[in-house]
Amino acid sequence: MVPRDLSAEQFAGYPPQARKLAVANLAVLQKLPLSFLPGFLHELIDYDYKFPVERAAIENELTTLNSLSPAQIDAWFGPFAALSLSPKLEQLDWINQPAEFLEQESAHLWTTGQQDAFRAAATAYGSRLRAAAPVTPIPIRRLGIAVIGRGVESYDAPLFRNLRKHGTWFTQVKSENGLELLLRGVEARALAHPLPYGHWYVDGGQLADHNQLLTCVSYSALEPVRSALLAFMQRQIQRPGMGPEELRSNLARLSPGDLGLDKTEDDVLGRFQLKLLTEGSGTQIFSTTFAQWTAREALRRAQPLTLVVRFAPRQRQRPMNELLSNGGANPELDFVGSLIDADMGAYYQWINQERLPGAEQSSFLAWFEGHNQAVAIGPTLPRGTESNSPFDLGKLLSLALS
Amino acid sequence: MDRNRSFRDVVSAREVANRLSCSRRDFVRTAAGLTLGSALMGASPFVRAEAARRKRKVIVITFGGGARDQETFAPEGQENIPHLLQELIPQSSFFTQVTNRGILGHYVATASLATGVYETLNNFSAVPPDHPTVFEYFRKDLRRPASDAWVVAPSNGFNRIGESSYGRGMGATVVLPKRLLSVATSGTTTDYEHLLHDNYETPLYTPQLEGSEFELQQLETILQLSVDDFIKHARTLSSPDELSVYIAKRLMRLQAPSLLWITMHDIDIAHSGAYSLYIEGIRRTDRLCAELWNAAQVEPEYAGNTTLMILPDFGRDADEDSGGNGFQHHRTGDAASRTTWMMALGAGTRAGVVYDQPVQSIDIVPSLGAMLGFSPAQSQGKAIRELL
Repeated sequence: MVPRDLSAEQFAGYPPQARKLAVANLAVLQKLPLSFLPGFLHELIDYDYKFPVERAAIENELTTLNSLSPAQIDAWFGPFAALSLSPKLEQLDWINQPAEFLEQESAHLWTTGQQDAFRAAATAYGSRLRAAAPVTPIPIRRLGIAVIGRGVESYDAPLFRNLRKHGTWFTQVKSENGLELLLRGVEARALAHPLPYGHWYVDGGQLADHNQLLTCVSYSALEPVRSALLAFMQRQIQRPGMGPEELRSNLARLSPGDLGLDKTEDDVLGRFQLKLLTEGSGTQIFSTTFAQWTAREALRRAQPLTLVVRFAPRQRQRPMNELLSNGGANPELDFVGSLIDADMGAYYQWINQERLPGAEQSSFLAWFEGHNQAVAIGPTLPRGTESNSPFDLGKLLSLALS
Repeated sequence: MDRNRSFRDVVSAREVANRLSCSRRDFVRTAAGLTLGSALMGASPFVRAEAARRKRKVIVITFGGGARDQETFAPEGQENIPHLLQELIPQSSFFTQVTNRGILGHYVATASLATGVYETLNNFSAVPPDHPTVFEYFRKDLRRPASDAWVVAPSNGFNRIGESSYGRGMGATVVLPKRLLSVATSGTTTDYEHLLHDNYETPLYTPQLEGSEFELQQLETILQLSVDDFIKHARTLSSPDELSVYIAKRLMRLQAPSLLWITMHDIDIAHSGAYSLYIEGIRRTDRLCAELWNAAQVEPEYAGNTTLMILPDFGRDADEDSGGNGFQHHRTGDAASRTTWMMALGAGTRAGVVYDQPVQSIDIVPSLGAMLGFSPAQSQGKAIRELL
C-alpha cells in the first residue's frame, strides 16, 4: 500500500473530525511520499483530541500543501521520496497505526544509514512550512514561571547558571507569599485573556490553591494512573517474547479508559496526560522529570500564553548498597538532587518557550521557592546582570512583563 | 523521529562537530598545557619488537553511556571530571573529534566499537555482532588463550558482545557483574531486581541470556571469590559501575588479560530525566577511570606496559535540538550526540598531545590491531596513525 492508492474508505476508523479532514484532503495526501505521510497522519488521527493550536497547525499545513504546484511538491518532498523504504514497511497498516509505522521506519532509517538524510529533509520541510504559515499575533506577551527547590532549607552552590546570562539575577528577593503572588498574577492574566488551554499550572507535587480558569496537571493527582500504568508494564514484560518495540506499541495503544483517565470531563487533557506517562521516559518514577516533560509537551503542543511549573522533591535514587541492605523500605525524598534537576528543568522550560512565536517579547521568571534568589528575563530587563533590590515576587513579575 | 520536532534552522552538523572539537582542544591545551599533535608527527613511540608486544596490555574503557561537553570539557562542566583533567589528560594523547556515524544505541554502538564496523543489529536483542570482534582477531591471529581477553559489561544486552560467528570459541569471556549479583542474591526485593536488570534505554525490558557469559560458579575458580564475599563486597559499593570496576581489578590481578574491555554505564541514568543523577554518574565514572588506571600502575603484570584508551560510545542530544530533550537521550543523531573524544595513555602513547584530526569510532579496532599485531581484516575503520 502506497499513498497514491489511498481511498476515503480507508479512513473509516478515524475519529469523526479527523476522518472528515482526511477525506476532504485526500487528493493532496495521495501525492505525498510514504516516508513522510504516516508522520502527518500520526498527527491527524488525533485531531479530535488535540489542543486548539495543534488543530490550527494541521489545518494550516493542509492549506499550504493544497496550495503547492506539482513542481513545488517535487521540490518539497523530493528528499523524502529519495529515501529508500522496505517492502515490509509498505505492507504495514500505516493509515490506522501510524505510530507503529514510525517506530519501524525510524529503525529502518537508522539501520540503513538514512537517518541523517531524513533529518535534513524534515528540517528543510519545517523551515518551508514555517515560512509559508500565516503569522498570528498572540494577545499578550508569553510568560513562563518556574518555581524550584521546594523543601530545600539551604543550598550554597550556584543556581540558575544557564538562565542568568539571559536576564537579571535577583539576590534579595522577598520570599513571603511568593507562590501566592505568582499564582495571583497568573490568575489575572487568565481572567483578562480567557483562552482555552491558554494558561497552565503544572505541579510536581500537589496543586496549591488556584483559579479554575487554569489548566492544571499534577504528579500527585495522577498517582493512581501511574500505578496502573506501572502494573500494566510489569504484566507486559512478563509475557514471553515481549520486546521493547512491542512494549512501546502496546503503550501507544492504551486509551484513557485503560488507566482510569476517562473519568475526567476533559478528554483532550486526559489524553495529554496519558501521553505524558506512556511516551515520557522517567515521568512515571520521578516527579522532577514529570514536571519538566509536562512543561515541554505543554509548550510544544498547547503553546500556552502562561505556564507556571512548580517542581517538587522526587524520590531518592537509592544506591546499590542500600538496596542490598534494605530493599523494601519506602523511598525517601531527595531535596537537593531535585533542586538540581529542577534548575535544569527551568532552563529547558525557557528554551522550549523560546521556540514559540513571539519569543523576542516573551518573559520568564525562575524562583528558588522560599528563598531570596530569582532570575527574571524580559525584553526590558538587562542580561547577565545582578540586582540586590529587595523586590517581592509580585514586583518581579511586573518587571519581567514590563 | 518526530517530524515536527526537527524543524528548525540549524548550522551544518560538520560545523557543530568542528566547534565541539575546537572547544575541547582549546580547553585541554589551556588547562593541561598540552601540545598540538600535528607538530609532533614523526617516529613512533611504540616499541615494535615482538617480545614487547607479547607483554603489551591494552585496557579499553567506554565512558558510558555518553556525556556531553557542557557537563565535561566545557568550562561549566570541568568540575565534574577532575580526575580526567588533572590526572589522566596530562599523560594522554587526546583526540578532540571522534565521530560515531552509526546507530546511537549503547549495545549496537559498543558492538561497532568492538568490530570496527558500524553494526546494524537490534540494539535491544541479545544477538552477537555480525562482524568479527577485536577479541576474535586478537585471540585467533595471536593464538592467545581464553584467559587473555575479557569484557566486563553492564547489562544483560551485552552478553553476546564477546564473539561473532567468525571465531566460535575464540572470543572474549563476558562478565556481567549485575547479572552475577542478581543470581547470587535471587529472591530479594523487587526494587533490587529493578536496579540489577536496569538497562536505562529500556528500563523495563531484559533480554534472555544466551552465550558464553561468565557463570556464578566461576567466581570461585577464576576470581577466587566466594559468593558470600562477592555479595559482602557489593554491599560496600554504590553503583553497578563500581561493581564492574571491582570485578575488572580482580581480573587484572588473577588473570592479567592482555585485552580487557570495560563498558561503563552509570551515566545512562540520564534517560530517567534526572539531571542530578546524570551528573553523579559522570563524576563517578571520572573517578573510576582514574581508579582503574592507578590499579594498572601497581599491578606487576600491567605496570609500565599498559595502554589505556578511554572514549564514550557516543554523546547525548544538544539542548538546542528541538527533536530531543537535551541531556536525557541520544535520539536525534545531531552533531552533539555523534561527536565525542578519546584519550590514549600509557605504553606507546605520546603524553600531553592534542590531536584535532577527525577519527571515527570504528578506527579503534584497526588501531588496536596495529598496536598488538593482529589483522582486523573485516574492519571498515582505519588505524589512527597518531597512535602508531
